[in-house]
Amino acid sequence: MSYWCQMYFQNGVTFTSMRVQWAFGMYCVVLMLIFVFVMLSVLLCCSGSHQFIYMLTDHNLERIWGTVPLLILVFLSWPSMGLLYVLSELETPLVTVKCIGHQWYWEYEYTDFAVVSYNSYMVPEDELKLGEPRLLTVDKSMVLPFSVWCRILTTSFDVVHSWTVPAFGVKSDAVPGRLSESSVKVEMPGVFWGQCSEICGALHSFMPIRVEVVSAELFSKWLWILQSSVWEG
Amino acid sequence: MSFIKEFSGKYPEHTHKNDPKAEELLSTAKFDARFQMCNQDKACWQNYVDYFRCIKKKGEDYEPCNWFKKQYQALCPGFWTERWDEQREAGAFPAKI
Repeated sequence: MSYWCQMYFQNGVTFTSMRVQWAFGMYCVVLMLIFVFVMLSVLLCCSGSHQFIYMLTDHNLERIWGTVPLLILVFLSWPSMGLLYVLSELETPLVTVKCIGHQWYWEYEYTDFAVVSYNSYMVPEDELKLGEPRLLTVDKSMVLPFSVWCRILTTSFDVVHSWTVPAFGVKSDAVPGRLSESSVKVEMPGVFWGQCSEICGALHSFMPIRVEVVSAELFSKWLWILQSSVWEG
Repeated sequence: MSFIKEFSGKYPEHTHKNDPKAEELLSTAKFDARFQMCNQDKACWQNYVDYFRCIKKKGEDYEPCNWFKKQYQALCPGFWTERWDEQREAGAFPAKI
């Protein structure tokens, strides 16, 4: 989850989020190099120690400063194009979860074996226990298995919402009448948080997402218990 | 992750594979090549319609029809299928079954 004075991304726990963050880091390095080069050139020009009065045309120089930025842009776009397809890739999924946005809570449906559906409400501030984060704690989390491809389908019952978990690198708009598919393969167990990311009314800031990632055995036991009884929380 | 491999998109194979233990315990709707885009509403709709057409033609005991059932149950939100079930019962379903 986010921490105080955070300046960078949350740690990625899916390979897609790790790759996106790697690409971002690489682009920052390239941009810093370009920035330093440009600032040094400006300082050199302003220092007055060089004179360019004898140079009127230099076609080779023009070729260089036209081609080099083009090559830099191609270099930058190369991983980005690959990532574009990697992000929408869905190998063989083993779990499908439907995240349905309501005003102002999330409903999670697991219907692979039996119809299992429950709502996830934010816990109000006056009911929080010690150590529970404000505006993030929910009464029932979404549960996923780790090291398993999961298909996340988002839609909405009323207005547009957005299901986001920064640690997964997922932001999927929940649009009524549409079923948006995203794929997630979480590589480590833990608890991951997110918040609704599309303005959806008065309580838009109060419909958080909490995902518990557990082993596949524990996940299937949990699902079996859920479908055989009503979950009291 | 080495720079060259990461840059060229050569990702380790294990990043694509599911946990083998999970493959014995879990299963869900398979990838449908007819619907490759992000928006899966047509996939949900088509599998729903195909299931009821299948059982109407072949009978409810015909096992292969359950493939469509598994697909639409996994993909379709509950409130969509409930609405379609009501429409079918009322004879107002907007597709020929």
